[in-house]
Amino acid sequence: MKKTFWLAGAMALALAQPATAADSVKIGFVSTFSGPTAVIGNDMRNSFELALDHLGRKIDGKPVEVIYEDDQQKPDVGKQKTEKLVQSDKVDFIVGYIWSNVLLASLKTAVDSKTFLISANAGPSQLAGELCSPYVFSTSWQNDQTPAAMGLYMNQKGVKSVFLIGPNYAAGKDMLAGVKSTFKGEVVGEEYTVWPSQLDFSAELTKARNSKAESIFVFYPGAAGVQFLNQYAQAGIKAQIPLYTAFTVDELSLPLQKDNAIGIPGAQEWVNDLPNAENKKFVEDYHKKYPGLRPTYYGAQAYDAAQLINSAVVAVKGDLTKKDAMKAEMEKANFKSLRGPFKYGNNHIPIQNFYLQDVVKDADGQLSLKTVATIVKDDQDKFHDKCPMK
Amino acid sequence: MYLVVEQLLNGLQFGLLLFLLAAGLTLVFGIMDFVNLAHGSLYMMGAYFAATFVAWTGSFVLGALMALGATLLLGIVLEYVALRHLYGRDHLDQVLATFGLILFFNDAVRLIWGPAGLALPLPAWLTVPVQIIPGVYYPAYRLMIIVVALAVAALLYLVVMRTRVGMLIRAGASNREMIGALGINIKLLFTLVFGLGAALAGLAGLMQAPILTVQIGMGENILILAFVIIVIGGIGSIRGAFMAALFVGIIDTMGRAFLPDLLRKVLSGAAASTAAPALSSMLIYLLMAIILVLRPEGLFPAAKR
Repeated sequence: MKKTFWLAGAMALALAQPATAADSVKIGFVSTFSGPTAVIGNDMRNSFELALDHLGRKIDGKPVEVIYEDDQQKPDVGKQKTEKLVQSDKVDFIVGYIWSNVLLASLKTAVDSKTFLISANAGPSQLAGELCSPYVFSTSWQNDQTPAAMGLYMNQKGVKSVFLIGPNYAAGKDMLAGVKSTFKGEVVGEEYTVWPSQLDFSAELTKARNSKAESIFVFYPGAAGVQFLNQYAQAGIKAQIPLYTAFTVDELSLPLQKDNAIGIPGAQEWVNDLPNAENKKFVEDYHKKYPGLRPTYYGAQAYDAAQLINSAVVAVKGDLTKKDAMKAEMEKANFKSLRGPFKYGNNHIPIQNFYLQDVVKDADGQLSLKTVATIVKDDQDKFHDKCPMK
Repeated sequence: MYLVVEQLLNGLQFGLLLFLLAAGLTLVFGIMDFVNLAHGSLYMMGAYFAATFVAWTGSFVLGALMALGATLLLGIVLEYVALRHLYGRDHLDQVLATFGLILFFNDAVRLIWGPAGLALPLPAWLTVPVQIIPGVYYPAYRLMIIVVALAVAALLYLVVMRTRVGMLIRAGASNREMIGALGINIKLLFTLVFGLGAALAGLAGLMQAPILTVQIGMGENILILAFVIIVIGGIGSIRGAFMAALFVGIIDTMGRAFLPDLLRKVLSGAAASTAAPALSSMLIYLLMAIILVLRPEGLFPAAKR
């Protein structure tokens, strides 16, 4: 008797489960949650969760189910996880992707299944150009844009020559190409390092010093940025050749870079002190929800991704089968972005401002990032012509 | 010319650091016939101990010495508690168990120190470049690594070649059963050797820490290089490990430094920039393959068993 009772209960539960699942918004989130760059993935997850809190944990009245998957910073694993989310979890949206090579490997799976994919960080040039898709949106940038802004700033400073150093993978090549596209001076050298295993940059630094370049530009996200700045300072080059960066100094690396990061400029589309109301609320609530941690641009982009999804689902009144209507709504970028309002280009990459950020000591004597100037307004990536979508 | 000198120093520094890691590994592998994949974890623990003790004492040298002692102790405890029970087992069992230890240490570190990693800042007197010959500046800290590692190598040589303990170690490498039969306390010797290996790995880790960051899993990539070195140098041979580490360090650095420019003379710029880092990271494995074909025992094999 008792057994039948339990069985009936279990069956009722089993029946009830799919009914609620069909009535929720299912989001897959692919990012790096293990290894040395897990801090980035955690920040993205924290900000995404905060966005869901701000939305009342519901999108258009439906509960939200998020499935987090760890790509281990490996393209093959990222592709596997994307396949799992699309084929067995049947998610409505896939969000995340820190690394360009992981995104490029995963892209086809999402696009072929017509699942909306929102890149909250990676912006490989292929995605903006020939591989653009109606189902893919970015809440970040195209890789070349940020370093291109840095190149403009270096022109303003009157820098005559530069030595470029970056990691040998999709984003590294885009980044160095980005600086070269705007920098008017001479590029005296260009070095690529093995990514992500090479952590010692002594050979590259020695070459940079011997090249007699007036400046050095690097792109080293995550812990590699800490290591590069350590070695740059220890070699005494900091006193000789100024360094310009993209995605190398951020709120995650700063506590480890410490004084080594002072005086090193970076370009960024989002900085924690941008003066709009949504951003103030985001930064304040982030500090409240995650004491001791500080939000980064990675997180801000993940937060925007949640808002973008919300805008699309609300526009179709929760009918997730209306993909064309959702796409049309997302193209309007009809939500309050933390970086301030922006428009989408034909390739679904934001047309947006880039700011100059500097490292300063804040009120409690801690190092933090601050906006110094706007380098470029309403910048559009240079690959949008190659995108067949018009 | 200056460029070559500086890059040679870079290679020498990297090689000597690898030697510290490989020396411990080759001792344990050669003498105890024990495959220790967790050697990289001891390297990581050395770095974490150093970051903690330096922050705690406020002195780099004192903190580093304490970290060295702590890693030695950790190695001895580890040998006593876990590894001692695995000596008679198959190599595959040892690989499995020590792989488990890697996971254990990674998660223990995550629990104790958190996932974000630590910084180990250098004192001001080590962050200045030193002029070694006119026109060539070299970071003081990297110079210190070279000096310390050479001193340790010399000390190790003296201990192994000139002392009674060293004689036992060498005897152990040649014929373990025989020295056991001669009444030597082989268990104690093994514990000692393992502790020494751990301390050497810890020293490598704590010296590398200010250059890199102290983070979870930092010992895993470099451990592969250490294995390459003991294969090239001959398993169980300290002299072999020393020579092979220098080869590997210098070949790796010189490859990274000069291969891109050489390739650019043959290939187009873009193709060369992409191919060069991949090719230069393959050089040491090429070296290993060639040596395995020509001298499967390694360059300086320890005396035959």
